[in-house]
Amino acid sequence: MNFHEFYTMGGYAPYVWPSFGLAALTFISQWLLTVHKKRRTLERLKTFWDRHES
Amino acid sequence: MLSWSKHFLVPKYCYRLSEKLLPWLTFVWILSLSYGLIAGLWFAPADYQQGDGFRIIYVHVPAAIMAMAVYSLMAIAAVLSLVFRLKIAALVMSLSAPIGAAFTFLALVTGSLWGKPMWGTWWIWDARLTSVLILFFLYLAFMALRSALPEEKTRDQISAWLLIIGFINIPIIHYSVQWWNTLHQGASLKWDPSIAPSMLYPLLAMILAFALFYALILLQRLQTELLYRERKNPWVKEVIDELS
Repeated sequence: MNFHEFYTMGGYAPYVWPSFGLAALTFISQWLLTVHKKRRTLERLKTFWDRHES
Repeated sequence: MLSWSKHFLVPKYCYRLSEKLLPWLTFVWILSLSYGLIAGLWFAPADYQQGDGFRIIYVHVPAAIMAMAVYSLMAIAAVLSLVFRLKIAALVMSLSAPIGAAFTFLALVTGSLWGKPMWGTWWIWDARLTSVLILFFLYLAFMALRSALPEEKTRDQISAWLLIIGFINIPIIHYSVQWWNTLHQGASLKWDPSIAPSMLYPLLAMILAFALFYALILLQRLQTELLYRERKNPWVKEVIDELS
């Protein structure tokens, strides 16, 4: 395989690259949602415990 | 078994065990994903019939396998939550649904993108495609049902029953290519694989990468949920103190 074959995917580029693109999008969105929620929960619990102590 | 279950069933230990597992899982996930992508998209030879179009297999098959595996796991969790009233099982069940639905959607769309150049159509109502579409609707129904039930106990019970009844669809998906005439090709993975090792190994790596990704997401969602539910417990304060 060379670079030309790689990005044209032997003529199948319109089918192969969207497939991998959607997979990447799925992975990234699931990851961001999960990590964001975990971080926000930790922040909220920190304020909860700070208030609890004072 | 007892010490293992202790580690996973007690929220504090479940959180700590996940914490220890996450870096290792992430490491193996990055390794398998990089190998799978590089070997699958670059080094594997083009298929003699499908040319480079066959490379869609490296997202389609792992997504389809995980769509079914996640559902099966949720059904097992449903049984455990009904029989033993395991809180963790009910959490695994509910937290797995969005990513299971995402895998199913991915399998449907990549299948469509593969079907167009190879079969000449984006979609046909054949047994395999229809049963996977039903799987997608089962995930959606599960989530809709849960959001419609306000009380936690009934929500867990009724949604668990939906999963168990819907499990009938899993063997139907699996055997659909044998039971009915279909455009869909037979299983890509068999004990005596008919595909060349240079095509097979990247596929196995991608399946591992998808499975590990599910584990990474599930464990972190589990951690988040446990922290919130146990927020008044001293161990949660310990976790927070460690972070700041």
